[in-house]
Amino acid sequence: MEGGFITTKFNHMLGWARKFSLFHYPYVTACCGMEYMSAACAHFDLDRFGAGWTRFSPRQSDMLLVVGTITHKSAPVLKTVYDQMTEPKWVLAFGTCAVSGGIYDNYAVVQGIDRIIPVDVYIPGCPPRPETVLDALIKLQKKIQNQEQDWRWKRKKS
Amino acid sequence: MEKKKILDALEENFPGKTEDISTYGDDAIRINRDILLDIVKFLKEGPYAFTMLLDLTCVDYPGQEERFQLVYHLFSLSNNQRIRIKTSLPEKDPTVDSLTSFWRNANWLEREVYDMFGIQFTDHPDLRRIFMWDEFEGFPLRKDYPLRKHQPRIKLKE
Repeated sequence: MEGGFITTKFNHMLGWARKFSLFHYPYVTACCGMEYMSAACAHFDLDRFGAGWTRFSPRQSDMLLVVGTITHKSAPVLKTVYDQMTEPKWVLAFGTCAVSGGIYDNYAVVQGIDRIIPVDVYIPGCPPRPETVLDALIKLQKKIQNQEQDWRWKRKKS
Repeated sequence: MEKKKILDALEENFPGKTEDISTYGDDAIRINRDILLDIVKFLKEGPYAFTMLLDLTCVDYPGQEERFQLVYHLFSLSNNQRIRIKTSLPEKDPTVDSLTSFWRNANWLEREVYDMFGIQFTDHPDLRRIFMWDEFEGFPLRKDYPLRKHQPRIKLKE
């Protein structure tokens, strides 16, 4: 049944379910946190896209929001948080600092979190406007919908 | 309390030891590091009652004989008056007496200056790094620390 009607439809259905129930874990370290709050609360409202539930445990979340500057000192912490998240998981680099280190080109700051963990969507801006965040969320949802879904029984077979 | 009064009193008690370097605004003096504790004791416990240590920082002037300049900011709550004390340290022997016996907050401020500039504070109870991790080598705010030198704690992807 590889690529058959039921499998493709099940794949599609899983993607649909996953993209609209993103529990997110905010890893907030810096001033972008204000913009994250604005994007998450009622004015712009991430919840309209099904990503409203903030879980403060990496075990229960699907989407890691890395908001703000990541220093070399806290890099192992971010790596641990990412490793603790269960599959399937996605990562958003929120703001210029998380994307590339931003203006902090110095001894203390990691030059982009993609040097520590894989990143799905990069959100530019210092800080990004909430519309940019929503745009990134929609892009991530498209990505989730179209990617190959992984599930338990599928893994058992192969 | 008049501006002249305190500088006069300092001149009276430590003749020839304090140099008036105030330009405009608050009082500022330059002293030799040997008499730092005496000056601070006089300012804190004397009639001027400089009971607060607002800040303690360091400046690096590379290439100069007296490379490091420590800057102390004191504040008198009862007189609403500030004074700035500057003292210079040679590159080969950057040691100075600790002010932890006068102010408890000098503990962390001096640890910061040690962390960033490598100044040794004698009689400090716990002189170790405060911002950077213990394995960090060198002192990042010294001008001869390479601008883009990173010391990652975990392996980074390129």
